[in-house]
Amino acid sequence: MVGEGILKGLGETARNFFGSYVSKDRLTTVQYPEQREAQIEATRDFPFLVYDGADWQQGMRCVACQICEKECPPKCIFIEKSKDKKPDAFGKAQFYPATFNIDISVCMSCQICVEVCPFDAIKMDVDYHLSTDDRFGGLLLDRQKLAKSNEYYNAIHPTEAAAIDAQRAEEQAKLDAKSKAAAEAKAAADAKAAADATLAQKAPVQPAAGEPQ
Amino acid sequence: MTHMALLMSQLDQIFVLTSHWLLSYLPAALQPLCSAILSVAAIIIAFATLFALTTWLERKGLGRMQNRYGPNRVGPCGLFQPIADGVKSLTKEDIVPITADHAVHYMAPVLLVAASFLGYAVLPIGRNMVLVDLNAGVLFFFAVGSLMELAVFMAGWSSRSKYSLLGAMRAIAQMISYEVPLVLASIVVLMQAGSLSTVAIVNMQASYSGIWPHWFLFTPWGFAGFVLFMIAATAEANRSPFDLPEGESEIIAGYYTEYSGFKFALFFLGEYIGMFATSGMAITLFLGGWSAPFSFLTWVPSYLWFFAKLLTLIAIFIWIRGTLPRLRMDQLMNLAWQFMLPMTLLNLLTAGVWHFIPAGLTRWFVCSTMVVVPFILLSRGLRHRKKFQVRTYRYSQ
Repeated sequence: MVGEGILKGLGETARNFFGSYVSKDRLTTVQYPEQREAQIEATRDFPFLVYDGADWQQGMRCVACQICEKECPPKCIFIEKSKDKKPDAFGKAQFYPATFNIDISVCMSCQICVEVCPFDAIKMDVDYHLSTDDRFGGLLLDRQKLAKSNEYYNAIHPTEAAAIDAQRAEEQAKLDAKSKAAAEAKAAADAKAAADATLAQKAPVQPAAGEPQ
Repeated sequence: MTHMALLMSQLDQIFVLTSHWLLSYLPAALQPLCSAILSVAAIIIAFATLFALTTWLERKGLGRMQNRYGPNRVGPCGLFQPIADGVKSLTKEDIVPITADHAVHYMAPVLLVAASFLGYAVLPIGRNMVLVDLNAGVLFFFAVGSLMELAVFMAGWSSRSKYSLLGAMRAIAQMISYEVPLVLASIVVLMQAGSLSTVAIVNMQASYSGIWPHWFLFTPWGFAGFVLFMIAATAEANRSPFDLPEGESEIIAGYYTEYSGFKFALFFLGEYIGMFATSGMAITLFLGGWSAPFSFLTWVPSYLWFFAKLLTLIAIFIWIRGTLPRLRMDQLMNLAWQFMLPMTLLNLLTAGVWHFIPAGLTRWFVCSTMVVVPFILLSRGLRHRKKFQVRTYRYSQ
């Protein structure tokens, strides 16, 4: 009969209406500024630059290789390479970005810059409170605004950051071992050279028979 | 006890007495004019306030039906939301399309609000509380009610926008189609009352047998008439499920697509005021106007009963809006011409039969059968012709 379904529907809405006053589970709304839902770990919005240590300028991982700038689909990254070099975290002299700007009004949060970065220098941020009254200047982030510490990165993406830290520590250890081996080899060579010198002084005419030519 | 009764009757007539008292300070020549102005101002203030309250109630109610909170930021429980909305719409930019007919575009919302307020002239809000007791009150009400269609079409035509025009054409088709059952559904009451005066109709219903009132709702033809009237009134007010003329998801906002700022708010106001007016007419015709639902409750001031009934009807409107999806155009027209029209005509016949059978159980039985059986047969028949099936889309699989 006509009207049966309508009555059923009216019953359903009435149940919702009164139910929402009785059981709090029905109201799934999060009252935003007061309440906030925890973000999932894979949350991302805009990129930031990671630095190690305490000084953001000293510890900046970015070496201004400009791969991200070239790969960025909406072209929102602008980098100027420095003229001089400074030692990076591994002690190697590297260029650094004299200017590093990201226009987050253009950025589409695709994460391609993060994927292509060979230095783990650029990562995705989770902060979404970015409203500003200046739609040009307020949304153009320079390198100082972009720079955030490795501790912050560890706090927002713990698993990912821990893996990268382990990888970097391994690289560091490898480098240390290499330099140690090199130092040892150098020391040995030096010692040998010294010994050879003394030998040569003792017997300047006859070379040792066992020496390879 | 008599002292108490006197006090209550004075409270019942407080607005009438205050008006007389205020007017007694004026010279006799000015009194009729000032009396009219005073009453009009009172009606406008009361129903504009009710409009503000209703927007809040509606948003709260719909929210709760969808398991949301609804507005809860401005004031306690979001009660000041209508004020915030008003300030917002007043400060918004008023945009008129370059190609629009400026004069008509400007006049449409004004005419809509004016037309929707005109109907209140004949609505008895309380005992002795009616602006003018026209002897053709009901006729006047429906006549000015049809002015709203003109305003709607003015808005749609003058905007020079395809959405506006489509919305206006839908609105005209719908409002004219439903005006027929609206008027036919109310004729049963006129047949019984033998008068077109709203005051006389309410007075007829304001008597009691035992504790029960003589509302026309409590007769088979009255009940059917009330339901049909409310369905047609929902369509007249362009409210869900008959909100095709606005159809936000299809044609943006229908005939008021090209309106912004305070003109948009005026459309909103006019629509709600019109809805209250038709609800008020339903109350007058079927629910006994300002009369109390039980004889032992007659001491409560009459205007309170009127507004209580009005708020109940508004709650039902909100409930329906929260439940039903929008009809399709063909469903809308089928409902009007294939269901509403035959049912209202049959209802006329039922009311006639009721008039000629002497009072008693026989009359009740015959008239109830005359309403229920055609309803079942008609709804069966209409459904029988339809083929219900799961829709398959060629390219979606």
